Amino acid sequence: MSAVLSFPKALAPAARAPGGVPLELRGVVRRFGERRVLASLDLDIAPGEFVALVGRSGCGKSTLLRLLAGLDRPDGGRLQVGGAALDGPHADIRILFQEARLLPWKRVIDNVGLGLAGRGWRQRAAHWLDQVGLGDRAGEWPAVLSGGQRQRVALARALIHEPQLLLLDEPFGALDALTRIEMQRLVERLWRARGFTTVLVTHDVGEAVALADRVILLEDGGVGLDRAIALPRPRGRGQAAFARAEGEVLARVMGE
Amino acid sequence: MSMLRKSGSLLLPWLLPLALLAIWQLAAGLGWLSSRILPAPLAVAQAGYALAASGELLAHLQISFHRALLGFVIGGGLGLLLGLLTGSLHGAERLLDSTLQMLRNVPHLALIPLVILWFGIDESAKVFLVALGVLFPIYLNTFHGIRSVDPALIEMGRSYGLRGLGLFRHVILPGALPSILIGVRFALGFMWLTLIVAETISASSGIGYLAMNAREFLQTDVVVLAILLYAVLGKAADLAAKGLERWWLRWNPLYRGA
Repeated sequence: MSAVLSFPKALAPAARAPGGVPLELRGVVRRFGERRVLASLDLDIAPGEFVALVGRSGCGKSTLLRLLAGLDRPDGGRLQVGGAALDGPHADIRILFQEARLLPWKRVIDNVGLGLAGRGWRQRAAHWLDQVGLGDRAGEWPAVLSGGQRQRVALARALIHEPQLLLLDEPFGALDALTRIEMQRLVERLWRARGFTTVLVTHDVGEAVALADRVILLEDGGVGLDRAIALPRPRGRGQAAFARAEGEVLARVMGE
Repeated sequence: MSMLRKSGSLLLPWLLPLALLAIWQLAAGLGWLSSRILPAPLAVAQAGYALAASGELLAHLQISFHRALLGFVIGGGLGLLLGLLTGSLHGAERLLDSTLQMLRNVPHLALIPLVILWFGIDESAKVFLVALGVLFPIYLNTFHGIRSVDPALIEMGRSYGLRGLGLFRHVILPGALPSILIGVRFALGFMWLTLIVAETISASSGIGYLAMNAREFLQTDVVVLAILLYAVLGKAADLAAKGLERWWLRWNPLYRGA
């Protein structure tokens, strides 16, 4: 396994950037009945790093993400976020699901402000809606938004908490190709500005190579490949180095 | 032109009732219908006017409305509370649900003899029956509504640090509301039905009493008037429930009226 190679060096941290937390997983096991989806998994992720988890369906990448979100408990092993053991949902960790999961009975801005209390939350929510380009839709119901817009509201809802770890569970999977590229760029831009640690689960190897500092292949319950992607950002898919990295990871995923 | 078409389509649903009314008036006027069987619409209107002018109608309306509302608040409140309890807490479901399901299967109108023995023909007898009639539809739909809230949204809420009362207020209750309101509409139907039966059997005031009293004196016009009043009250209650749906569920495109 290669060590952690690539840090987001190019990152110019914003003044209030909260930065990211390191992740440390040791011997993590998760069973469903007889099946060991994660079998003694070891993984280190550096603060502020953008890691993509790829693998075939059922390889345990979403399971791992749910563990990191504190929505599920491991059956064995140790899982540390920011140096502390994780037990349940944490205020510094936010997850974006494949579906936006907006509350349909709350207006867009109230969805962004979910879980916030005290004065001034509305201004902050409006600010974050601006950040995702939906400042003018604050008063709408989620039902009238498109899939991509809903996902952007969900992104604003996650980032308003200034998380130090952002988990992305195939959040672009259901979007059309153009909206998807737009969302990828948005996430990359916000990540570079804020510096939170990011773990992206995706079945799209191209997406993983376009966004991540490191692409990790999960197979047989463990890390099958750990490849640093040291290409400069923003990355163009036409570049030869990009295509080479993508081809390499893809070949490995397909078991060739 | 389009104005004309719009007002035309607004009038269309009323065309048939108005035509029937006209035929009815004509048939009564020409003597085809005996006024003992069915009085003319105008005669019913006259009876209504006379009763309204004497203040009698309003008094009966008020007492019926009061009984309906009180029974609805007590029974509905109890049903809502029990439904929230059994829907949210598995312990409460184990303890209460099978008992409530057994009670639900007793037709509440079958209790009338027993209720008369308990309360006499007092106010409390009618309120009790109405409360019993509305309790179960609201209970069942509240329970079902809470159980059918999207687990993905609950999980999302938990990952945002919501738990207990916060999770209930922001996620579970609004998610259950469409189902609860369906329960309310069913309950309103039961409310009038129960009240009609209760007032017809034993009462000394109210719309049902008005009808039974008029029957003794062969005042068919007043009987028909009472029936029409029940219809109007039922429709008004349904409209109120629809209004609630439109307001509370305005986030849902299915309920956003034109």
